[in-house]
Amino acid sequence: MNIWIAIGVTAVGCYAVKLVGLLVPDGVLERPLVRRLAALLPVALLAALTAQQTFADGQALVLDAKAAGLAAAALMLVMRAPFLIVVGAAVVVTAGVRAMAG
Amino acid sequence: MRAGSPTVRDVSEQTALADIRGDSGGKPDAAVVRDALGVGVAVGLSGFAFGVTSAGTGLTLVQTCALSLLVFTGASQFALVGALAAGGNPFAAAAGAFFLGVRNAFYGLRLSQLLALPRAVRPFAAQWVIDETAAVALAQPSRRAVRIGFAVTGLSLYVLWNLTTLLGAVGAEAIGDTEAWGLDAAGPAVFLALLAPMLKSVTERVVAGLAVVLGLGLLPVLPAGLPVLVAALAVPVVLWVRGRRGATADGDLRGTER
Repeated sequence: MNIWIAIGVTAVGCYAVKLVGLLVPDGVLERPLVRRLAALLPVALLAALTAQQTFADGQALVLDAKAAGLAAAALMLVMRAPFLIVVGAAVVVTAGVRAMAG
Repeated sequence: MRAGSPTVRDVSEQTALADIRGDSGGKPDAAVVRDALGVGVAVGLSGFAFGVTSAGTGLTLVQTCALSLLVFTGASQFALVGALAAGGNPFAAAAGAFFLGVRNAFYGLRLSQLLALPRAVRPFAAQWVIDETAAVALAQPSRRAVRIGFAVTGLSLYVLWNLTTLLGAVGAEAIGDTEAWGLDAAGPAVFLALLAPMLKSVTERVVAGLAVVLGLGLLPVLPAGLPVLVAALAVPVVLWVRGRRGATADGDLRGTER
């Protein structure tokens, strides 16, 4: 039930912000400070999420095969590889490290 | 799912070339469709990673597909299933996903001016206002091309993203232990791929660094889901510090002018 609540709230919220952008008159959200906040918010959230999902197991910090996978993804990004290659590299390297360790 | 992926960069480079040739505004419809399909197909296929991740964290097939159909903005979807998997409170999990989706409002603002849609059509177009449709549409030289780019990217991506989500969720059940296949690395890799093109200047990098420190440092002490929200405070903190420095610099400048 909790999961459906989370899905419902997220769906309504995410649709609402998409629609707001199309409906509000020009200029309302165009203030420089608001634009700066909106541009930087995903940077903070994505950085925190990347770190947590790589180095956290529940509430404990861990260093495991995923770190190697993410390093591979970072290398692919530096080499300007396409999106699917970046994600694929992370998956393959993580699986490979686990197979060798296990 | 993010504007700055290499595919999208290629698209804007192609558009820039068209501008140099002097035929901006006269870009053939077929070229717009080709650009749009390139992005729609490439990113649409990554719905597979979402389907596998979501099913792997314990969401049912119906819940996983509902997310792709109703939320349809990749970063928020990955964030939500990650937070739920970590045992987060549903409202904290939804809040993290929601804040990630806020950027779509700003794409909507830019697109609204360029698409010039009738008000009655806007509620239907809204669901497709995401990184990729904005990236393709904003790179087009004329209103006709903007509309074609938005519609083709939106349709191809929506159809494929939902199909591959379904396939991924079904596949995850067949695969069994998704961790043995390294599939739990797909989520953070997607976040990293979305984040990388955003780290353009020092401000972005400082915000990202501070958010990582807050997100990891608070993880052992705060309930699941909250550290990410606290990490978002990196934004006002960095802007405030830079604002103070900026104000001092402005003051100096005005001083010298006088």
